[in-house]
Amino acid sequence: MSSRTNISCLQEAKRVAIFGGTHGNEMSGIMLVNMWIQNAAEIERNRLVTKPFISNPRAVEKCTRYINTDLNRAFTPENLSAPDVQGLPYEVQRAKEINQMFGPKGSSDAYDVIFDLHNTTSNMGSTLILESSTDLFNLQMVHYIKKTMTPRTCSVLLNEHPQLKYSTTRSVAKHPIGLEVGPQPQGVLRSNVFESMRTILKHALDFIELFNSGVEFPPCTVEVFKVQERMDYPRDTNGNITAMVHPHLQDCDWEPLNQGDPMFLTFDGRTILYEGASTVYPTFINEAAYYEKQQAFMTTCREILAANAIRKAFK
Amino acid sequence: MDTHNVVALPVVSRVAVCGGTHGNELSGVYLVRERLKRREDGTEPVSVVTLMSNPRAVQLCVRYVETDLNRCFTRAALSAPVSEDSPYEMIRSRELNALLGPKGSVQAVDLLCDLHNTTANTGLCLITHSDCDWIALHICKHLQREMSSTPVRYVHFDLPLDEAYSLDSVGKHGFAMEVGPQPHGLVRSGIFSAMQEGVQLMLDWIWQFNSGTLFEGGSVDIFTMVKNIDYPRDPQTHMITAAVHPDLQDRDFCLLHPGEPMFLSFSGETLRYRGKEALYPFFINEAAYYEKGVALSLARKRRVEIPSVRSDTQR
Repeated sequence: MSSRTNISCLQEAKRVAIFGGTHGNEMSGIMLVNMWIQNAAEIERNRLVTKPFISNPRAVEKCTRYINTDLNRAFTPENLSAPDVQGLPYEVQRAKEINQMFGPKGSSDAYDVIFDLHNTTSNMGSTLILESSTDLFNLQMVHYIKKTMTPRTCSVLLNEHPQLKYSTTRSVAKHPIGLEVGPQPQGVLRSNVFESMRTILKHALDFIELFNSGVEFPPCTVEVFKVQERMDYPRDTNGNITAMVHPHLQDCDWEPLNQGDPMFLTFDGRTILYEGASTVYPTFINEAAYYEKQQAFMTTCREILAANAIRKAFK
Repeated sequence: MDTHNVVALPVVSRVAVCGGTHGNELSGVYLVRERLKRREDGTEPVSVVTLMSNPRAVQLCVRYVETDLNRCFTRAALSAPVSEDSPYEMIRSRELNALLGPKGSVQAVDLLCDLHNTTANTGLCLITHSDCDWIALHICKHLQREMSSTPVRYVHFDLPLDEAYSLDSVGKHGFAMEVGPQPHGLVRSGIFSAMQEGVQLMLDWIWQFNSGTLFEGGSVDIFTMVKNIDYPRDPQTHMITAAVHPDLQDRDFCLLHPGEPMFLSFSGETLRYRGKEALYPFFINEAAYYEKGVALSLARKRRVEIPSVRSDTQR
């Protein structure tokens, strides 16, 4: 039984942005945002303003992940405060522009919510990515989306890890949300992936509309997968990978990986087992873009997060 | 067995196995690296040269650096003037033609197998410009017989030798060995294993053939390319306005009848196949073909009788 005094009153979320093309070859978000730039009817709501936006237009034009450096790692304090000089990497310049338009990051002028649309070659299905375990607004939104989508499922990934978390494009907003849908090859648009992403965004905007109209959302819990560790491929002394994700692990995102389970298969047919002491839940298994980031998959552990009831603060 | 109808053909003494013709099609890249590492050339009963066709593209993990290498092998392209300002792949195509060809001459390798991956659900395909290359067709039959878990098909682009544009046309016999589905920029162990098995079986067949084994004739189904179909596009922006329909996605080589769904537009409309003839779709939703204006290709299937063959021991 919840006490009436445990309702968190939060500021209205009036300014919402939807980013596509943070990576220029992740096609679902690019196509959705371009469609909404032409005709925004589907994303309009009465009590908020939604801005669809292509974050890395040069990379989109070349259908490549990035031009000079990964935009989705570029929103560091150093980059955002870098002086305006010639020769800045394109994405650093772009990060500063985005911070001006939708931030400044950390200030009260920043956009309330940014949805950043991504695709992955991993078999992650629909995944919502959180950067904080204490953002009540985001936890309640994610809970609403999952409940509304049932029986279709959506996983929630929480990256709060001090070393592994990174400075995302969406981190400019007060409430950043990543939406990652796979599997979809880079440069390819799969209809089912496109429609899943579209539906999730519809539910998210409905939530914000309800919240802004004064609806109170009761306390809830959200099951999340919390990032633990990055696992690289085995490599030789030249840095070339010497094994592939094992067929038993390939496509098994979110399924338990136990000590002794097959993990990698070397090119000459030898199996390498997972040696960790406890069961983990792997994700981002065989994401193409992570070969250069030295990541074959990420391990996570399951956690239940609790969120207070929330309601829009009265003026 | 009718011994009068045995075709005697020259031994296949020099074989080339090429990978990385497209630098982000990684099964071939890793298979070439493995073969080079294990110094397989020279230790096998057949003389095999293994090489990385486009090392710069491989290093950058892109399809090509300036122009598609696998379109540079027409007679016209190979005889056009080149300078040091020519695109990298034009220069490289001359090197490959000198090393493995010259195309059309007696010095050319006897068989060139060029390794490729596709994001389309094609299984394993041998792709060539000839429908009467008995060596290629017998190799196809051999793979179909021996590979139990991977569908194997013969795909034919009806082009005279001079107009054949792909690397495999440099050899006296040649084909691309295309395996999918695999996203670009990563390797899936099941796809790598299928390609490895395909190459091994090909070399086994060649060795047996060269040793004088008689291979009985029979019939092979050949899929001959008829036409390409582009995505529906916005007439002004030229951007795609629909995705491959979920009912067609991943259904390579499943007969498509007039009136059946082809695309699902972003506005929810189903666009149907308007041709008069039922045809076989393939390369459905290949990432690299968006820029070439191809959503899928359509083929006619016909059964071809192939003669019994034996190597010509009189030369």
